[in-house]
Amino acid sequence: MFNYSDVLETIDMVEREHLDIRTITMGISLLPCIRESAESTAKRVYDKVCSKAENIVKVADELSKEYGIPIVNKRVSVTPVSLICAAFPQKAPLLAKALDDAAKVVGIDFLGGYSALVHKGTADYEKQFIMSIPEALASTQKLCSSVNIGSSKSGINMDAVALMGDIIRQTASATADKDGFGCAKLVVFCNAVEDNPFMAGAFHGVGEGDTVINVGVSGPGVVQHAIEAIPEANLTDLSEMIKRTAFKITRAGQLIAKEAATRLNAQFGIVDLSLAPTPARGDSVAQILEEMGLESVGTHGTTACLAMLNDAVKKGGVMASSRVGGLSGAFIPVSEDIGMIEAAEKGNINLDKLEAMTAVCSVGLDMIALPGDTSAATISAIIADEAAIGMINNKTTAVRVIPVPGKGVGEEVNFGGLLGRAPIMAVHNQSSNKFIARGGLIPAPIHSNKN
Amino acid sequence: MRAVVTVIGKDKTGIIAKVSTFLSEKGVNILDISQTILQEYFAMIMLVDLSNSKEKLAALADECGVMGEKIGMSIHLQHEDIFNAMHSV
Repeated sequence: MFNYSDVLETIDMVEREHLDIRTITMGISLLPCIRESAESTAKRVYDKVCSKAENIVKVADELSKEYGIPIVNKRVSVTPVSLICAAFPQKAPLLAKALDDAAKVVGIDFLGGYSALVHKGTADYEKQFIMSIPEALASTQKLCSSVNIGSSKSGINMDAVALMGDIIRQTASATADKDGFGCAKLVVFCNAVEDNPFMAGAFHGVGEGDTVINVGVSGPGVVQHAIEAIPEANLTDLSEMIKRTAFKITRAGQLIAKEAATRLNAQFGIVDLSLAPTPARGDSVAQILEEMGLESVGTHGTTACLAMLNDAVKKGGVMASSRVGGLSGAFIPVSEDIGMIEAAEKGNINLDKLEAMTAVCSVGLDMIALPGDTSAATISAIIADEAAIGMINNKTTAVRVIPVPGKGVGEEVNFGGLLGRAPIMAVHNQSSNKFIARGGLIPAPIHSNKN
Repeated sequence: MRAVVTVIGKDKTGIIAKVSTFLSEKGVNILDISQTILQEYFAMIMLVDLSNSKEKLAALADECGVMGEKIGMSIHLQHEDIFNAMHSV
């Protein structure tokens, strides 16, 4: 028989501390869908997503009820679409539509994988594909896009970095009526992972199996509550407490992931041990850092607190799951975290501090609203900085910024729901134009030569 | 298949009777019961067997929630594995 404290702890975690399975994401390979024409490929893509993901929402709802733990998002990730339409890149929008239609039919929240991997060079078909991203994101609802522009092994493709600054601006313009919302569905990566279940950056890597279930757990509120319970603890004890909490959260994720894979007739992929915040109070990574002893996230000590949190989450989580992957760490999206939003509103956190924080956590500059007149070169330079951190530190970094059309510092943008709201954050006004215009490749670091 | 039923709320007369009658009507067999009063709050944990249950676990969990609302208690029915997973190595 179970003891009271264990059972009641689990129920408390769900009811009061926002414990949930953040996402069940089904990775689907589109490689077998490639046909001679774009039209027939699009049809096969639509059919495959509809048939493989047919029951994902039903199964997730069943599991949620049976185990008494909410499953917030049901998602699909697919093989990077630039590969699927390499023979007819000008017709990539057909695939965007087919995927978006399929996502709507099966009832999932998002579908990721309108993606290109150009970390070492940009083929013509990939460039054409990337050029289609702004319109694809403006004309679809569920589709998410990502582009990998660098890796520790290959260096940083600065031509692609330059292009993405422009693409982000175009995406903002194409969705100007929604405050540049399209940019919330577009991530630029360095060291992108092939089994990430989180959006907007999820895609299904070519090294993956045909149909795979990846699960992202969450639970910032549970960690915060655990820390609150030991207010006088030193950092060693705090780290232990975070590890134990992460273990419990991850075990729930592992159980759901295995069961979901069995019921959906798919391979169990990975559990992603991420602390993913939502705009709800008590579901915030920033508030964990503040609970550790900071007056506000963004002040001196923030990076150290975050480093410890991120590491402890991984240590606790790794033991709890047979297969760990994805991004696995603490997320610091500004608009999706009430503590971050409030710190940004008070001016306690800025882009530079956020950049430093991304060196010690997953993933990067995430959901940050920029002034609408931020130049493409400045956005590219932000991407380059972030990619450099990822490349040198052998970690995934990403940029998901929204240059909000017509808005400037001091104003706010509200995307609603899980995407939250964000005050527009200032960028440096000095130009990076010449650096970005140089193009070429930043070579891979010396420590990439491990063979 | 086994599940854990938890009943939490302000103490009053007849809670165990109502919950166990409901479970028996559904063909759910009670294997173990543990009940206490924690700071004036009634807390009960039951381990139940669903082998002869007339309904699936998910539907039963929904109905437990509804019944809980009717009698002013918070009632959960969850697969036992969630507790095994989270609280044992």
